Amino acid sequence: MIFKDHHIISMTSFSKDMIDHILETAEKMEPIALGKQKSDLLSGKVLAVLFFEPSTRTRMSFETAMYRLGGDVLNLGSVDASSIAKGETLADTIRVVDSYADAIVLRHPREGAAFLASEFSTVPILNAGDGAGHHPTQTLLDLYTIKRQSHLDGLKIALAGDLKYGRTVHSLCYALSLYGAQITMISPPELRMPEEIINDLENRGAKVTEVESIEEAIGDVDVLYMTRIQKERFPDPAEYQKVANRLKITTDLLKDAKQELRIMHPLPRVNEIHPDVDDTVHACYFKQAFYGVPVRMALVALVLGAIE
Amino acid sequence: MGEEKELRVRRIKNGTVIDHITAGQALNVIKILGLPDASEGVVSILLNSPGEHGKKDVVKIENRELKVTEVDRIALIAPNATINIIRNFNVSQKKKVHIPEFMEGVIRCINPNCISNSNEPITSKFNVTVDDDRPKLRCTYCGRVISENIAKHLL
Ligand SMILES: [Zn+2]
Repeated sequence: MIFKDHHIISMTSFSKDMIDHILETAEKMEPIALGKQKSDLLSGKVLAVLFFEPSTRTRMSFETAMYRLGGDVLNLGSVDASSIAKGETLADTIRVVDSYADAIVLRHPREGAAFLASEFSTVPILNAGDGAGHHPTQTLLDLYTIKRQSHLDGLKIALAGDLKYGRTVHSLCYALSLYGAQITMISPPELRMPEEIINDLENRGAKVTEVESIEEAIGDVDVLYMTRIQKERFPDPAEYQKVANRLKITTDLLKDAKQELRIMHPLPRVNEIHPDVDDTVHACYFKQAFYGVPVRMALVALVLGAIE
Repeated sequence: MGEEKELRVRRIKNGTVIDHITAGQALNVIKILGLPDASEGVVSILLNSPGEHGKKDVVKIENRELKVTEVDRIALIAPNATINIIRNFNVSQKKKVHIPEFMEGVIRCINPNCISNSNEPITSKFNVTVDDDRPKLRCTYCGRVISENIAKHLL
């Protein structure tokens, strides 16, 4: 499978075979990501990291991925200090930076920014989030976590929280539909997954059920994917509290869960997961954060053609 | 009756007549085609003209033959329009418009946070599909779909 010179813009351009190939490559990267094995696979290669809004973890994850493979990182630095504050267009920034680097990681507050960058760049663009748009490396690391800690085929997964606005959740569901997953949506009525997306998922082979509480789903699933509920979505703070309390996972709730249940969360969490849960066999959100490294190593190495 | 029509808008000797435009859309058709800047000849517009299937608008452009590719863009707002190429007072070619699969620079994306709505050196781009005879435009940049009141979002 040839990934060389491909832009990684959105999950919609990936087939199941492509996803499987990325995840298999990530598995090979894991010992290097853990520092158990040394690599100079990307030595002499430069990755430019352009973050037009802060997302420290995603940035660090890409940077460590590059360093672990012996490559170098060029960081844009803070946005205020750079030419963007002077009103330079993204197109111009990309046309300058692509002559300094072999690939560009881009995070930008506007939807479609990564696609625009790909129109102007002569080197591969890796989208690290464009506004409320796409964040494919998050989805791939979620899939990788499920593969490593549970299983992708025949998966029963429950997603809890803000399913209306949460782009990572939508993108994950689309990818899981390729694997014919059974998906249970847990959300308050005001944060339900949009009907159009549910229809799409069902047409693509997923089985979707909707419930309003974690209790209704916890006994049956392999993975529980928790997300943050943002206060701003609720005009009434009391209503927010009520909803937030209902969608909270505690050790008490886990009594009904299977031993194999894995709990995921894109982090940072607020109150969705009680700290007591961290010490159970179910918690895998910190592992999930780590898995971002081998997945990004795989992606960078693939688009640079260092591996096939 | 025929004479009355003649008085409203004269026949043209050479040029293009766009007939069967959805009533009320003639000015938008003019806008999409970049007229009158795109033509030096007389451009006449007929609004709410009685036709066989109810009211319609008509646009007549003298001394300029429009190409199908440029005219297809108006299919989004006037899907039943026909293009008549006139030579020496006769219709020498008659064509229906077809909704193009790809559209560049005619419509503005409805997502205010879309990168195509910032000062980048690009034009808007849409992939067009037809659903129940209604065109659906998906922004190539942000993926947002426009399916209603397309004429309201002309650039
Ligand atoms: Zn857009």
